[in-house]
Amino acid sequence: MSKLVTIRNRMFSFQLERRTVMVVIMLLLANIAAIVICVGLGSKTISPANVIRILFGTLDSPDTMIIESLRMPRVVIAVMVGSALAVSGALLQGIVRNPLTSPDIIGISGGASLGTVIFILYFSHVSIRYMPLSAILGAFAAAFLIYLFAYRKGVTPLRLVLIGIGMATAITAVTYMLILTSSFTPTAVAVKAFTFMTGSIYGVSWVRDVYTLLPWIVVLFPVAILYARHLNVQELGDEVATSVGSSVQIKRTILLVISVALAGAAVSIGGAINFIGLMAPHIARKLVGPSYGGVIPVSALIGSLVLLLSDLVARIAFLPLDIPAGVFTAAIGAPFFIYLLYRHRNGS
Amino acid sequence: MKTLLETSSQKAVGLFVGLLLFAVGIVSSIVFGVADISWRTIWDSYVRFDGSQEHLIIQTARMPRALIAAAAGASLAVAGSLMQGITRNQLASPSLFGINAGAAFFIVTGSAFFGVSGLSAFATLAFVGAAFTATLVYTLGSIGNDGLTPLKVTLAGAALTAFFSSLSLGVLLTSGQTFDQVLYWFVGSVAGRDLNIFTAAAPYIGIALVGAFLLARHMNVLTLGEDVAVGLGQKTIYIKLAAGVIIVLLAGGSVSMAGPIAFVGIIVPHLMRYLVGLDYRWVIPYCAVYGAILLLAADVGSRYISFPKEVPVGIMTAVIGVPFFVFIARRGGRS
Repeated sequence: MSKLVTIRNRMFSFQLERRTVMVVIMLLLANIAAIVICVGLGSKTISPANVIRILFGTLDSPDTMIIESLRMPRVVIAVMVGSALAVSGALLQGIVRNPLTSPDIIGISGGASLGTVIFILYFSHVSIRYMPLSAILGAFAAAFLIYLFAYRKGVTPLRLVLIGIGMATAITAVTYMLILTSSFTPTAVAVKAFTFMTGSIYGVSWVRDVYTLLPWIVVLFPVAILYARHLNVQELGDEVATSVGSSVQIKRTILLVISVALAGAAVSIGGAINFIGLMAPHIARKLVGPSYGGVIPVSALIGSLVLLLSDLVARIAFLPLDIPAGVFTAAIGAPFFIYLLYRHRNGS
Repeated sequence: MKTLLETSSQKAVGLFVGLLLFAVGIVSSIVFGVADISWRTIWDSYVRFDGSQEHLIIQTARMPRALIAAAAGASLAVAGSLMQGITRNQLASPSLFGINAGAAFFIVTGSAFFGVSGLSAFATLAFVGAAFTATLVYTLGSIGNDGLTPLKVTLAGAALTAFFSSLSLGVLLTSGQTFDQVLYWFVGSVAGRDLNIFTAAAPYIGIALVGAFLLARHMNVLTLGEDVAVGLGQKTIYIKLAAGVIIVLLAGGSVSMAGPIAFVGIIVPHLMRYLVGLDYRWVIPYCAVYGAILLLAADVGSRYISFPKEVPVGIMTAVIGVPFFVFIARRGGRS
């Protein structure tokens, strides 16, 4: 039995290792289990069996309302936001060839937060559907500025990361300034703003949030998976990639656009949830090796799993309080980051 | 390296000008604001206090604010210059290395979960937090064969900042505290502080500033490089340790007064080196004086950005600081 599975037609060809397929299946099962548990737990506990029966419509109970209009949208958002951040991080790490970066560390998420806050403050009369667009524009503006400032006869990963960190601080400051100088009462808005900037998926709804984010995910995910193979070539270095016939700069720009758009869309709904974009790709590489054909889908599944569990803890650990999920992703993410720093201590 | 002020007398004049500007800064910090106050009233309020509203504003609001801005600015700038010397990295500063965020986190946790209250206790917590985070970042930044690189230490600082700010928010939310004070621990502000806050931290900051000045000679040797310094007979470990303690006192002290204020520790030392060169015996006093001036000026400016509302001064410094940061990072982040 071959170790590889090939999916090929006239449009695309795709090669997967059997191990990757196995890992994907296992993670899918883990995600489903996590979803059932997340839907069941809360200030009112619903048993897993009942959750499944309600979801399939075979049980009619008073809990149906709780599940369908309160917990399901939140779980669906966790899946979408978590996987979008993870894929965005995986692409970004491939593009800048530095395993210690992620959209939140170098300020792309911050740009998206700024875009969202501007939208909320100044375009409240426009349909909420355009909020991801505003966040994505913010993310692009941030990415463009970071790239521009880091450009000096080309862009080195070192400069990109350093300038990104500085820009992240500045963008956060500008966001605070906008919030504080707006015409709302400071304290109430401050709470909201901090919660948003830490990242929280509290109180999301089908119409307002899920349907707003869904189109972006549906479009961007397949593109990401199809384009990710170009990263494999780029990992070998620009010279090698060029000599094997890859148009490096164009492909890199497209990949960057996908990464930034995913981060922007995720932030517009979930806020600047940090460290997922950093952690998920590493765990994915550990599981399925460095080939991006496998890393992207596996990262997505891990990202969604991490956010599902973080949000679960955030929701039920301090009942009746609802803590932003970003607090818990940071609590897991920072030690993980330290471990990575240690692993890569000799500059590999 | 070409500097703007070359001879010692020029530098002394520059310092004197700085002290004059500093006095102007303090006075304008008291004079300008929602309630305009004439400078003569300041004098009156201390010489013949009559309990009028203006006199009260001066004594309970404006004066503490001016003093805190000055002390925080001076300490952050001096702390930044020392950190840049020790790490040989021009981007080193208390805010970027997560030290401010760590100190703020310790204060938030202490007051929320362990019932710590009182200003001197807050100051102690801030020092502990600053020391803890500084050690952590320094260790993380210097693991590996290539030692302390700007990239590693900056990444570690950024990650710890994200970590501590997120946790601070979590602690604040779970402890059910009111949010009146929230902003204070996330973006630094010098508004609405009591004079007691200043007097609680001032002794530590004063001692640390004197210590920094005494250490200046040794810092000059240390910045020649570890090997050279050892070769010249310096016990580098003691110098680094002393500088570490001073940095912690300065950063912790300023956080306990004003919360985490960003970028002062990058902007000021950088400008001062351009003015007076690399000699720490001049850099330290220049940093102290002009750091205070910068924060006083930023604070006065912050009152007029969206008058009559006020913007926390930490936001102002972050916005001013980024061009500097970009400039230094583009040069490669190393001196």
